[in-house]
Amino acid sequence: MVAINRRQAFALGGGFVALALMPMAADAEPSNDAAAWIKKFTDGKEPVKGKIALDLPEIAENGNTVPLSVTVDSPMTADAYVKEVMIVADGNPNAGVATLMFSPLSGKAEASIRIRLAQTQNVTAIAKMSDGSLFSEQKTVKVTIGGCGG
Amino acid sequence: MADRPRIKLPKEASKGEIIQVKTLVSHVMESGQRKDAQGKTVPRKIINRFACEFNGKPVFACALEPAISANPYIQFNARIEEEGTFKFAWTDDDGAVITAEEKIALKA
Repeated sequence: MVAINRRQAFALGGGFVALALMPMAADAEPSNDAAAWIKKFTDGKEPVKGKIALDLPEIAENGNTVPLSVTVDSPMTADAYVKEVMIVADGNPNAGVATLMFSPLSGKAEASIRIRLAQTQNVTAIAKMSDGSLFSEQKTVKVTIGGCGG
Repeated sequence: MADRPRIKLPKEASKGEIIQVKTLVSHVMESGQRKDAQGKTVPRKIINRFACEFNGKPVFACALEPAISANPYIQFNARIEEEGTFKFAWTDDDGAVITAEEKIALKA
């Protein structure tokens, strides 16, 4: 039998607490139709990760106004520009957040909005380029006070 | 709601310059998820579309869902090639449209 002293027992206990908390911290189970939104936007094609910088706070104290900035790497000329960027949140009552529509006149594919997040969840941005290619980026936001219902 | 939308952009820009446009409009953005004191669902009432055009050409637009915060703040960019007028439009669920205009000149 392995003898466990007091110190080891505490360490073990701490480990279990951490394990028990882990699924909560990353509760990324989609609770709505986010996948359907994405499928509709991408037409079933698989977006490539990259080209997008999605700026969101890691921890949002107030889910009622969470600042979101999205920047897509693109020259934004008449031949090559970002057409649309769709934002979905997989833990809100409705997955859709916003669809941003850019044009070559935008100059830069960058926009900021403020969004509501009901709970800790993943926020995904998917960009559709003028040539039809797709890029995506995802961020997890921990929400202290939810921003829907309430 | 009758408040004028607040728009911030430079008065003038050099040709080819990319400017930043900030807009804020007062609106409750009722999500349709909340319940009132009697337990009845408050009907959804949001701005569902924002559009900005410059001299009649689209610059930026967005489709908004109930997950947008009250008093929606939208910030985007525009490339200025000529002087002209920005037109902004916010469309409400009930069909009402809030509009605004801003002029921009070219730097001499």
